[in-house]
Amino acid sequence: MLDNQTPLVEMRNISISFGGIHAVDNASVELYPGEVVALLGHNGAGKSTLIKILSGAYKRDGGDILINGEPAEIGNPRDAKKYGIETIYQTLAVADNVDAAANLYLGRELRTPWGTLDDVAMEAKAREVMGRLNPNFRRFKEPVKALSGGQRQSVAIARAILFNARILIMDEPTAALGPQETAQVGELIKQLKREGIGIFLISHDIHDVFDLADRVSVMKNGQVVGHARTEDVTKDEVLGMIILGKVPPKAIPGPGAMQMA
Amino acid sequence: MADTVNSVHLNVARGANEHPVRRFFRATEIDTRLLGMVGALMIIWISFQISTGGLFLTPRNLWNLTVQTSSVAVMATGMVLVIVTRNIDLSVGSVLGFCGMVMGVAQAQILPQYLGLGHPAIWAITLLIGLVTGAAIGALHGVIIAFLGVPSFIVTLGGLLVWRGATWFVTSGQTVAPMDTTFRLMGGGTEGSIGATASWLVALIACLAIVWALLHARRQRKRFGFPRRPIWAEYVLGGVGCALVLGFVAVANAYYWPANIARKYADANGIAWPDGGLLISHGIAVPVLVAIAVGIVMTFISTRLRFGRYVFAIGGNPEAAELAGIKTRWVTVRIFTLMGALCAIAAAISTARLNAATNAQGELDELYTIAAAVIGGTSLAGGTGTIAGAMLGAFVMQSLQSGMVLLGIDSPLQRIVVGMVLVIAVWLDTVYRARAK
Repeated sequence: MLDNQTPLVEMRNISISFGGIHAVDNASVELYPGEVVALLGHNGAGKSTLIKILSGAYKRDGGDILINGEPAEIGNPRDAKKYGIETIYQTLAVADNVDAAANLYLGRELRTPWGTLDDVAMEAKAREVMGRLNPNFRRFKEPVKALSGGQRQSVAIARAILFNARILIMDEPTAALGPQETAQVGELIKQLKREGIGIFLISHDIHDVFDLADRVSVMKNGQVVGHARTEDVTKDEVLGMIILGKVPPKAIPGPGAMQMA
Repeated sequence: MADTVNSVHLNVARGANEHPVRRFFRATEIDTRLLGMVGALMIIWISFQISTGGLFLTPRNLWNLTVQTSSVAVMATGMVLVIVTRNIDLSVGSVLGFCGMVMGVAQAQILPQYLGLGHPAIWAITLLIGLVTGAAIGALHGVIIAFLGVPSFIVTLGGLLVWRGATWFVTSGQTVAPMDTTFRLMGGGTEGSIGATASWLVALIACLAIVWALLHARRQRKRFGFPRRPIWAEYVLGGVGCALVLGFVAVANAYYWPANIARKYADANGIAWPDGGLLISHGIAVPVLVAIAVGIVMTFISTRLRFGRYVFAIGGNPEAAELAGIKTRWVTVRIFTLMGALCAIAAAISTARLNAATNAQGELDELYTIAAAVIGGTSLAGGTGTIAGAMLGAFVMQSLQSGMVLLGIDSPLQRIVVGMVLVIAVWLDTVYRARAK
């Protein structure tokens, strides 16, 4: 099964430190097509940092990134996008003062043959994508700062899927959302999964992501505690991994696992 | 069809009975902030008109106002982009001085040696030299800000001193005069105006452009099935736009050549001197045309080009812009390069107008330029601002100053008033924004 396939993403022995602190230490994770992997850990466990290396926001000090088994050079966000890696950041990373269409296409604007911005074409596409994602969304002409948290989130998600992402990274995707919007995001994740997109979900709250994920990878103090398939472990066991670094029998321990006496 | 759907939705969202005035503004999509500024300008004009006993709202004074505004208005368009990206440029006055001095020396001392005095290409080569100088200075500032990480406040504060000092070194402090005759047309005056016929032609083209722009926008929205403005709103916008253009040209054409110049012209061309004097219209002044052209180009850059979109995105959220893959540092360098080039255009206007390049040219212009942009609605917090607003801001400031000159108010008091107006304008803007939320 999974073992026969080439992983979509393989991050091997990644390390990065900031001013002598090992934010990520020798961490390895992998992601297969059509798979949802939850990356769990406390605040400051290094999960966001690890994923920012994949999305090009940080440069790693050591280790390799393989996309479809091939070594990938990712030095900045533009490189990551070339490999089909799209990221939805915890902070949403939208420009508040421009409208939804401008945000969707930020950095990849559609242009007319004269080289000017093709605003109508962008708005048309924005209306189409947003219509699929969030049919109630109508405020296309207003700056994003006038929108609610959920609407902003849908803009951020629409931006990621608009460009046929193959690898989607979602950092705390439901942290700012109400229950109904959270359910919507859940539906969306299932839909994207069926399309064969690999998804990293990053969260410090196991309840947000446990039911959506196929596998969990747990980090603690910058190291990977272990990996497990969600069907093999219970929520309590995963909590044990997050809090104590204790690896249950059916999980595969990593370098950060608690040393058993 | 789409119109009704949209307005129904809005009405539901904002309460069923919308006030007719509000509905008017929403339908026409007129920026109420800009309209507020026009209102302020009207109040200033009318109060000066009354207090000067009818000296203010004359074709002559209004025509002079537009000419005096053009230099700062040109720089204010660039300052908008600088401030939108949360930067500041304190050096524009000094860069203006330096570019002006370089252009002065080029046209009065260097180029005539090779081309002969009064050669028709002198003005163009001079302007090119000025533009390259200004752009290079701006690019240098931009590189230091973006790649060496020195805050723009400091870099341009240094630039303020450096370029003012450099201006002195070009001629060891001597004033350069006179300027090339063709170059001087950029400064306005009787010669530097395009006359009645050409002015009406410009007005006609402008009106056609307004109508075309409205039609084109409507057709585009129809093609994609977006909500459109009600048709009456389009007529209002087109009508007001054309009326403003025609009114402006009518005023410029109502300002006639001074009698002695007209007499000289009549003598030179063998025209008989009629009773009541020869009435020759000034028409639009060349510097005003330059400023309007700069305004149009800068509006195009900031709203229609990818570069402009990036400028605003960076202003709104620098981190998001960077994560979206925008090369934010290069955008910064390009903004400052553009600012430098605009300083050179402003320098051409002001040296041409003065018919000399001096050491003190452009002193305090950085403050007037920043004030114009800020009064025109550019937020120092970044992310918001319009080119038209900044130009209107420059016009408001110049109206105030010119009115006070007509009233015979001393220049120290003028500065006090301008300073207070700046603070009050920003305070009003803060109140407006707080309410808009």
